[in-house]
Amino acid sequence: MKSLDIVGPQLALLVAAGLILVIDALWPKGRRWIPFVALGGTVLAAMYTTSWVARDEYPEWFAGTYVLDRYAVFFQYVFAGIAALVILASIDWVRSARRSESEYYALLLVVTSGLMFLAGARDLITIFVALELSSIPQYVLAGWGKDERSSEAGLKYLLTGAIASAVLLYGMVLLFGYTGTTHLSGIADVLRGLGGDQRPLLVAAMLMVAAGFGFKMAVVPFQMWVPDVYQGAPTPVVAFLSVASKAAGFAVAMRVFFEAFRADFLVDDWSLIFAGLAAASMTLGNVMALVQSDIKRMMGYSSIAQAGNFLVGVAAVSAAGGEFTLGASAVLLFVAAYAFTNLGAFIAVIAISQRIGSDRIADYAGMWRRAPALALALAFCLVSLTGIPPTAGFWAKLYVFNAAVRADLVWLVAIGVLNTAVSAFYYLGIVRQMFLGDAEGKPGLRPAPGAAVALAVAVAGVLVLGILPTPVLSAARDAVEIFARQ
Amino acid sequence: MIEGAGPVAAFWGLSALTLLAAGGVVVSRNLFHAVLFLIVVFLGIAGFFLLLSADFLAMAQVIIYVGAIAVLILFAIVLTPRASRDNAETRMAPVALVAGVAVAGLLIPAILDAEWRTLSSAPALPVSDLGRELLGVWVLPFQLASVLLTAALVGAVVLVRSPREEREEIDEEERR
Repeated sequence: MKSLDIVGPQLALLVAAGLILVIDALWPKGRRWIPFVALGGTVLAAMYTTSWVARDEYPEWFAGTYVLDRYAVFFQYVFAGIAALVILASIDWVRSARRSESEYYALLLVVTSGLMFLAGARDLITIFVALELSSIPQYVLAGWGKDERSSEAGLKYLLTGAIASAVLLYGMVLLFGYTGTTHLSGIADVLRGLGGDQRPLLVAAMLMVAAGFGFKMAVVPFQMWVPDVYQGAPTPVVAFLSVASKAAGFAVAMRVFFEAFRADFLVDDWSLIFAGLAAASMTLGNVMALVQSDIKRMMGYSSIAQAGNFLVGVAAVSAAGGEFTLGASAVLLFVAAYAFTNLGAFIAVIAISQRIGSDRIADYAGMWRRAPALALALAFCLVSLTGIPPTAGFWAKLYVFNAAVRADLVWLVAIGVLNTAVSAFYYLGIVRQMFLGDAEGKPGLRPAPGAAVALAVAVAGVLVLGILPTPVLSAARDAVEIFARQ
Repeated sequence: MIEGAGPVAAFWGLSALTLLAAGGVVVSRNLFHAVLFLIVVFLGIAGFFLLLSADFLAMAQVIIYVGAIAVLILFAIVLTPRASRDNAETRMAPVALVAGVAVAGLLIPAILDAEWRTLSSAPALPVSDLGRELLGVWVLPFQLASVLLTAALVGAVVLVRSPREEREEIDEEERR
């Protein structure tokens, strides 16, 4: 029973998913309640996680393949919150698509449970299965729209994702063959006893593992799927994968690299790998975002650039002694801030594009006159994405860059700051378009109630985190304590 | 370690067979031929498992990969329209070749250099132990895989249903 207790939050999601499919099949009249069953599942999952926090007990179970530590708990809250907001924002959108709704919500819940398993997995096999559990339903969701663009998005996501999984698996196989164990701490034990002459093979394995996770994070050069998938997939699905899937990529990558590759002679290597990926992602993402005319494509490139910002924090490990985890805690703060901010922006885009039937940035002109609250909320989120106070994005960037400076990565911070200036052009360009653009004769528009609530929550989150980041920051510090060096 | 003339000869023979067949999968323009080559690759891999005294794995490889997966791919090919049955032309082939050679050039020296753990004899692992491990230590990934299969099944239904059919169904329901 204890083992079921430990995976309780995920079980809550899976039971809700099963319930949804049963309702759809057996009780046609109850179909209108399906979104709320899904929402209930996420709330129940968060409550179950809270019950573990209240017990103040962080057990490892399943022979060490899965652990419910503070790190996993942090991400469980993040994923449950993201899923809840996306479900709220989806209600009206999915209904107007006039398709069978149950599978959409069921798959969304399954993905969320997979992401939660991913955050707690401490073993290569479990990590891989959890990764596939969270990926394959997402490929289906990307193609859920069924039109030409959506099908293209689904197929591209599937093919590139399959290649990324294969590369990741190859890296894992090299590691297993070399160390004889799939358990992360077991791998760390074997590697600790080695000298630097074994580096070539281990660096090759690390590169492959980083490539596999890099696909999930959507960092350069594993970003080729992003623009087409972002443009073609249903917008709520894009909102979900742009935050949840990315956060999970970082969750699992940090666990693998901080736990398995913690040996001294390897840390500088992977710090350099991630610093290079960070610089490439920030620069390419921002430059490409500048020239986009479709807002979803632009948000795609922006998410690549943001992943680069995250990576600055992952790369900031080389600082000696007690500061080993400083960068990791900054990344966790960034994950929370980015989840609220990007979701807020996407929910506003969902609400607007559903009413005006277009994703072109030019059609956002004068949105301030047509929908003042929506325009204001979107502008606030874009300001947060740029990293201007008093928003969550400001603190996130500040802590990440601070960690990088302490880790002697001043060159990377310089690139990051330059990129922030570039990003201001296109983020604030939309704001300018909305507030100064002309919308004469165009009707006002109102968001659907579900989307309005979700947007209000997201914006409130951005604001609260922007004014008072300390509680989340201290939770992030506690969470990464598991990586600390004794 | 593989020792003795017989096993060593078998190793090189299987290697040549598998690599040639793998090359055939990549090169052949006819998808049907590519799958037939793929079956040879799967059989070659099963041979390697046998050589390493992993009898059960070899059997599973033949049953699952040759018996199920390859047949499934053949079905998929036969059920697709003839026009889209052949491998499409691609201009990226030279790029892929360069990338492939580069990866191999980096990996092979690293693999040859590394000090691998070697076993003097194959561990005897009866299938009953395998089952116990699968439902003991590995019960979580095992169960996750079953959730994954269920989700994939639901996903397949989502992808093959025609949107028009779904729309009509919903319209009818609302009229009632």
